Amino acid sequence: MVSPILQVKSLTKAYETTYGELLVVDNINFSVMPGEFVCIVGPSGSGKTTLLQMLGGLLTPTEGAVLLAGQPLVAPPQEISMVFQKPNLMPWRTVLDNVTLPLQIQGVPRQEANEKGQRILQLVGLSEFAQAHPRELSGGMEQRVAVARALVQQPRILLLDEPFGALDALTRERLNREILHLWRTQKLTAIMVTHNIHEAVLLADRVLVLSPRPAVIAADFQIDLPRPRPQGIEYRESFGALAYQIRQAIRE
Amino acid sequence: MQQTIKIAPSQQVHPLEHRPGVQKRRWRKNRLELIALPAGIVLLISLWALIAKVGDYPTFILPDPLSVFNKLVEITFDGTLWHHTQTTLVEIVGGLALGLSTATILGYLLAKSPLLERLTGPYIVASQSVPAVAIAPLLVIWFGSGQISKILICALVVFFPILVNTIVGIRSVDKGLKTLMRSLQANRWQTFIMLEVPAAMPVLLGGLKIGVTLSVIGAVVGEFVGADRGLGYLISLSKGLFNTPMMFAALIALAAISLSLYLIVTGLERWLLAWRQ
Repeated sequence: MVSPILQVKSLTKAYETTYGELLVVDNINFSVMPGEFVCIVGPSGSGKTTLLQMLGGLLTPTEGAVLLAGQPLVAPPQEISMVFQKPNLMPWRTVLDNVTLPLQIQGVPRQEANEKGQRILQLVGLSEFAQAHPRELSGGMEQRVAVARALVQQPRILLLDEPFGALDALTRERLNREILHLWRTQKLTAIMVTHNIHEAVLLADRVLVLSPRPAVIAADFQIDLPRPRPQGIEYRESFGALAYQIRQAIRE
Repeated sequence: MQQTIKIAPSQQVHPLEHRPGVQKRRWRKNRLELIALPAGIVLLISLWALIAKVGDYPTFILPDPLSVFNKLVEITFDGTLWHHTQTTLVEIVGGLALGLSTATILGYLLAKSPLLERLTGPYIVASQSVPAVAIAPLLVIWFGSGQISKILICALVVFFPILVNTIVGIRSVDKGLKTLMRSLQANRWQTFIMLEVPAAMPVLLGGLKIGVTLSVIGAVVGEFVGADRGLGYLISLSKGLFNTPMMFAALIALAAISLSLYLIVTGLERWLLAWRQ
């Protein structure tokens, strides 16, 4: 029996505001198995990002805990990488220097860091742009650099916070395919927050539906579609049925 | 079978500077600048010569370019000009260094601590209601007519603009990048060096550009108030002697200092902010 890589135990987050306490995440429990791809969907303002930030150790929960391989999370660990809504690239650094930033912070020697960075850039198809600056890239390419940066420290878990939300539909589709490919070949565990139901069904093994604030898990869907997901699966009946079920579970 | 994602050659875009057309255009622009600047100077001097000739003014009111040039050569070779220029240069650079370092350090602290800003902010703003040059006489009384008082005046003049720019620069650091640094477990020093300094650099250099020109003003005003050497002193000495060509020579030296300092900062900007071009 394989044990879960990530366990979320009665996770609660409340913010102090001028109007009193605002409960954002209310007693959430779930676990994620190694190699699983989990998507979290929910209406906007439902605390998806707050939940993800707690999973990444960026926010301290008010109550409850996140366990990484059985150990409670206190700070952002190296095993977990985040991809944000914005690419968050440093405009003064070249693409390669942006990708190797996590390694530089860890004090990895420059040459080793650069070699690793080049390898990752090849993986996302951007090795030609290693010496370019972010302003020379398109939105899709920028987000691809952000993915490369998240992968460079070889994390076990990848947290994605609506990473392709700002991109056009075609680029988004392509990057989703790339994420699936990377997830499979790099043997990652992925947790992605999105408000796009089709994206969730296409990518995930499991879709968690959050309720409106305060967030609780309203539904937990197992996505039993073939892997790897064939081209055009979005247009199959079984896909549509699942998407419809999930849509029904989301209350606004 | 999962489709592998490959970029087709037709979709590949070359980074901007690798395109041949861009470099050619840039070079043409540089060549134009190279011709325009000397041409402008020649034009201005001719105009000056023409006015002096037509008006036929006495030399102590408007000397012609040639007599100024002769004076410039004369005081350059007898060492007078360098003696005064060097004095003023030390004051300008010393004051700039002092003002710059205190203003950036204090600015950083104020940007980081809203409490400190609330406590000291009113004093800093109130101190600006008195022009820094207006307390030059006081500084000369306190610190004598040597270079120390001038360095302090320069430092005071450049302090405020650089302080404000530092605060603005540090406060404008992107929030997303701060979160990123936190998620990567960067320590304080790494966040400072890898994020805050480069992010604030454009605004900091903007402050330095203003500071450089203000520092020249500070030094000259300080020397007007009381000094026994320096270009400002040379100007007031020339006034007493009605030696207008010498005054012009001193002014030209001052302009040369301002211009070189400005060009140094511009060069620094071009080098440090190359990623923006």
